[in-house]
Formats: sequence, structure tokens, C-alpha cells
Amino acid sequence: MVDQSFVRTEIVPEKPAPLSQAGIIGWFRKNMFSDIPNTILTGVVLYIIFMVLGNILPWVFSPTWNSVSLTECRSILAEIGRDGHGNGGACWGVIRERWLQLMFGFYPSELYWRPVLSFLLLGVALAPVLFDGVSRKILFFTAVYPFVCFWLIWGGSVWFPISVFIGFIISYFGFVIGNKSAGSLIGVLAAIALPIIWWFILLSPINSVLNSILPLGSEAIESDRLGGFMLAILIGVTGIALSLPIGILLALGRQSDLPILKGVCVCFIEFIRGVPLITLLFVASTLLNVFLPPGSNFDLILRVMIMVTLFASAYMAEVIRGGLAALPKGQYEAADSLGLDYWKAQRLIILPQALKISIPGIVSTFIGLFKDTTLVSIIGLLDPLGLSTNIRADMAWNGILWELYGFVALIFFIFCFSMSRYSMYLERKLATGH
Amino acid sequence: MANAKKQLEISDEVAIQITKMNKWFGSFHVLRDIDLTVQRGERIVVAGPSGSGKSTLIRCINALEEHQEGLITVDGTILSSDLKNIDTIRSEVGMCFQHFNLFPHLTILENCMLAPIWVRKVPQKEALETAMHFLEKVKIPEQANKYPGQLSGGQQQRVAIARSLCMKPRIMLFDEPTSALDPEMIKEVLDTMVTLAEDGMTMIVVTHEMGFAREVANRVIFMDEGQIIEQNEPEAFFDNPQNDRTKLFLSQILGH
Repeated sequence: MVDQSFVRTEIVPEKPAPLSQAGIIGWFRKNMFSDIPNTILTGVVLYIIFMVLGNILPWVFSPTWNSVSLTECRSILAEIGRDGHGNGGACWGVIRERWLQLMFGFYPSELYWRPVLSFLLLGVALAPVLFDGVSRKILFFTAVYPFVCFWLIWGGSVWFPISVFIGFIISYFGFVIGNKSAGSLIGVLAAIALPIIWWFILLSPINSVLNSILPLGSEAIESDRLGGFMLAILIGVTGIALSLPIGILLALGRQSDLPILKGVCVCFIEFIRGVPLITLLFVASTLLNVFLPPGSNFDLILRVMIMVTLFASAYMAEVIRGGLAALPKGQYEAADSLGLDYWKAQRLIILPQALKISIPGIVSTFIGLFKDTTLVSIIGLLDPLGLSTNIRADMAWNGILWELYGFVALIFFIFCFSMSRYSMYLERKLATGH
Repeated sequence: MANAKKQLEISDEVAIQITKMNKWFGSFHVLRDIDLTVQRGERIVVAGPSGSGKSTLIRCINALEEHQEGLITVDGTILSSDLKNIDTIRSEVGMCFQHFNLFPHLTILENCMLAPIWVRKVPQKEALETAMHFLEKVKIPEQANKYPGQLSGGQQQRVAIARSLCMKPRIMLFDEPTSALDPEMIKEVLDTMVTLAEDGMTMIVVTHEMGFAREVANRVIFMDEGQIIEQNEPEAFFDNPQNDRTKLFLSQILGH
């Protein structure tokens, strides 16, 4: 019989990992050349990458930056001995000549500083929302920013955005006072009713009085002069900023025990998700005027923003509902058993976790929304794609294709890729489990 | 553990009064004619086979479950569908769950400070002191800034107890607090509960830990099919059970 008893007398010391597990050479050996089929595959893939880049790169590096028409591009390319008619090289002159237009549409060029300034301020307004290290005090600026941005881009009387903003302050005080004196229901009603009275009845007479007393303002810009990436970013950022809170409310409404509230939320979500965005945009551009009181002139861009926001909210609500459903029931019970009321439990316990789970879905919806802004070209707004069509109709650039759309695609990619990277950063930052 | 209960006094004051309480899940009659009076300072262990309604019973006491018939009075407050009453009772009654239910996105300290700050409106500094006090009591003050995911099961359950205690409850409910734990961690949680009992906390504990029942409880309640079958002092309950179902249950869980 073998003796099976064994007692360890010394602990085995830690040794460094073998080279095949660590270091660059180890990585290549393990992942690229581990056996003969893998080595062959590596070779084939390298060859394909080489072929693709070998064809694209010469096209991209093409000395046509200063050309003023497609014909000139072709002659430049022919001079240096490249194929002047097909794939000899890109014609970058179109981007040099038209990139300001692709950015700002037909915005008056002497006023470009206004959208540029509002874009820079957007960065300031977003910083405290996106990153931890930034002072919380800037959040006050974030709250005011939409009105500053509106005034910078559209111009006109300074009193209009200010008085719209005052409506929100009225709403807040209506809620606080109503809540204190007559309970939460009256508070909510006051928060909704008072600003509506202010905006729709009192606002225009008060504005005209203020304008006659103190006519402060800047040159007004008509909506049809807005275009390019400025328009895409305007619609995209508005949609992103508003669809998240609306989506949260819809998702909570859909989970509510109150049957009417739940029914309204379900109907809204299912209807909006069941209708193509283009249909909604057509409704915004044509049909909506039929329903509005005659004579009311509702800005087309504003109508589009509302439709895009509603569309994204419905998707957002479903993404967040997924996050809510993923939370264990115990979290709700623990919050309840500590005596937290519904809104506190949602705000402190449920939503922080549900939103964290939903980050990939939320950001996908954001990215989708931002790319969908190009659909507004169908109803005649001059977003980057609509402008590209215009530019291609110009005699000088007739026939240009890849350069324009490639440029537009690159800018969109930069924005969307940044959003994607940010979401990964956020997920890493919020990870607390092990 | 051995001498725990001998020093403890039970007052005449009624902490929880349940009369003729009935509850249904859909058409299933889970709790039938429950009558139970708990004095302040009592330590009650509720035992019984799974599906007997013991968890449901204690979950009714802080309105995590709604009862359809009968009356539950906790600390003089009648439990009705009035949300104000429910919130009052919930802030007086602490609860520990089988799966701890700590908030994974908050640190241990934040877990403990959240309810006092938001429900009791305690100032930040005071909440911090209370939280550290109770974390020391459950013997894990050094983990205060970790997240629940970094702690062992036993440590998490002790944090859950500390979190409840930070609300300064007058009654504690335990819903199978050791069932999800590895054997070597059960003792640390039970020890914490014994300390709590020694401080005179009114406790209702649903558990299968019969050693704990024998040593700490002043009364054991046996439930089956939604009814209270038998209740008695632990010695009498374990050594001389009366009902056949109690005898069968005890022979099954003590037999191995």
C-alpha cells in the first residue's frame, strides 16, 4: 500500500510567468502565430489590409486642396500622372471651399461667432454633468444655457428667452407654495398650470411692453438660414438632453400601479415606436399646422426638435425599463423597509442602479438619435446631407461624391465614437461590484 | 450565547398586536386567522416548513406585503393603506433580509447614512457618527469605505443589520438572515444578533437555526399552512412538543 499522508513544510514561492504568457513577443506568439493555420490566417489578413490601404491611401493623399472645381482637380491629377477620371485621387477642394457652409448652413458669415460661442459654452454647460472634478456651481449655468444658446443662435429680443425662463421659475415656486399650503397634488397642478398661463397668455403682451421700454436684442436670424452640423448638433443635443428625463418618467409611468397613468404611458410608447421617424417628421413639417390655432407660426426647427425628442423618449423609456426590470426585487424592498418614500427610493436607490445597467442601451439610443438628425433633409432642412445635395448641384462640383459624404461621415463618426468612449469611461467609473 | 436570555426583562408594553389577520395571494390563502401579541423586549423565533407563511407574516408587519383582513398595530400605529402610517411604521421597524439587499452602488458608510439623512432628516455629521457607532457594534468599522460587493456574505449581513439599526428602530425583523451564508459565517451574524438581544431589542426572527432559538428566544412560534400551530417557551417547545406536525418538523430538522 502507498503511503498517502503528506504534510507541506514550506510554501511554494511565487515565480514570474513564462515568456509565452507575458510581454509583446508572448502576445504575438499566443494570438498571431500559435500554430500553422493561425500563421497562414495572419498572413492572409495582413495581405488584405495591405491591399485595402494601398488603394485608399493614395486616393486620400491627393494634392487637390486648392482646386476650385472638379475639372481643375482632374487636370491636377492628370498632370502628376494619375488617373484623372476615376479613382486617381480625391478632390479635396470642395471641402476647403464649402466646409464653413457644411458647418453653419446659410448663417450670415459675419455672425459665425455666435454659433461658435454657443458651441464653446455647450462644453462648459456639459462639463459638470459629464465629469466629477468640475465644480457643481456650474450646474446653474447648465440650467440657463438652453436660453443663452437660443438667444445666441436665433438672436432677436433678449426678453423672449428671459421671459420663457421665468416661466420655469414660476413653475418651481408654484410647486413649492402649492405643496406647502395645499398638498402635493395642488403643488403639481400649480407647477403645470401657472407657467402655461404665463407662456400662452401673459408672455407676448409683457414682451412687447418690455421691448418698447428697453429694446435690448441682437440681429434676428431666420430658421431657414440655419443648417449644416450646427443644425444636426442643435437637434441632436436637444433630443439627447430632453429624451433622457422624459424617457425615465415614461418608464416609471409604465411600471406604475395607477392604471390610467400606466395606460397613457404604454399607448404613447407603443404608438411612437410603431411609427417611422420620417412619418413623424412629415407630420411636423406639414400636418402640425392644421392642428395649431390659425395664425400661430410655430418654428419648423422647433417642431422637428419636439418630434425627434418624443421619438427618442419612447425608445429611451424601453431601454430604462429594461434596467429597472434587471434590478432584484430586494432593492425595492430594502428601500421600502427603511422608510424611503417612492420618489426618494427611485432617486437614491433604484434609478442610479437602473440607469447604470442601461448605459450601453441609452448611449446607443443617443447615437441613433444623433445620426437620425440627417433624416430632416427629407423635409427640406439643410442638415449636412441636405447641404451635400445642394453642393453637388453646383456646376463646379457636379459629380463629386465620396469626398463630401466621406467628410460628413468622418465628422459624425467623431461625435458618435466620442459618445461611445464616454459611455465606456462612465461604466468603468461606476463599477463597484467584484 | 448561553446566559443571554436569563438577564433579559420583558416589559408589559405591547409592541405589536395582530388580531384575526388573513392574507391571500390571488386566490391562495397564505395566512389564516393570525393572532399574535408581542411585548416590548421579546425575542420571538418563527419556525416552520417552507411555504408555511412565516416570511409573509413578518413582511406584513412592516407592510412589505398587504393584508386583506384583520388588524395589525405596531407601536400604537394601526397599519392601514394610509401611506403616512406605513412610512411611520417602516421607520420604526428595522428589517434584515435573507439576501442582505445592501445598495451595491453605495459604500458601506453611505448605505448606513442614507435613511437617517433622507427619512429622519438627521444632519450629515450626526448620521456619520451614528453609522460608525453601529458599524463598530457589528465589528466592521474598518470596511466603512468599501462597497458591498467587496465584502463576504457574513460581513454584508452584519452591515445590513447596522444599516437597520442606524434608523434607531424599536423593533427588528429578521427574514432568514443566515440562510444564504456559508457555514463558517453563520456564527458571526448570530453573535451580532445575540448582542442585539442583550441590548433589549424587540426581535422577531424567522430562522432554521434551532440553537439560536433555544438560547436566545423567549418564545418559539411554529407555523404550518399559514397558521400558528404551536407556540411556547423554547425548552417546552423543543423538549415537549404537543402537536403532531410540530413533532414531525422537529424530528426532521433535529434528526440529522
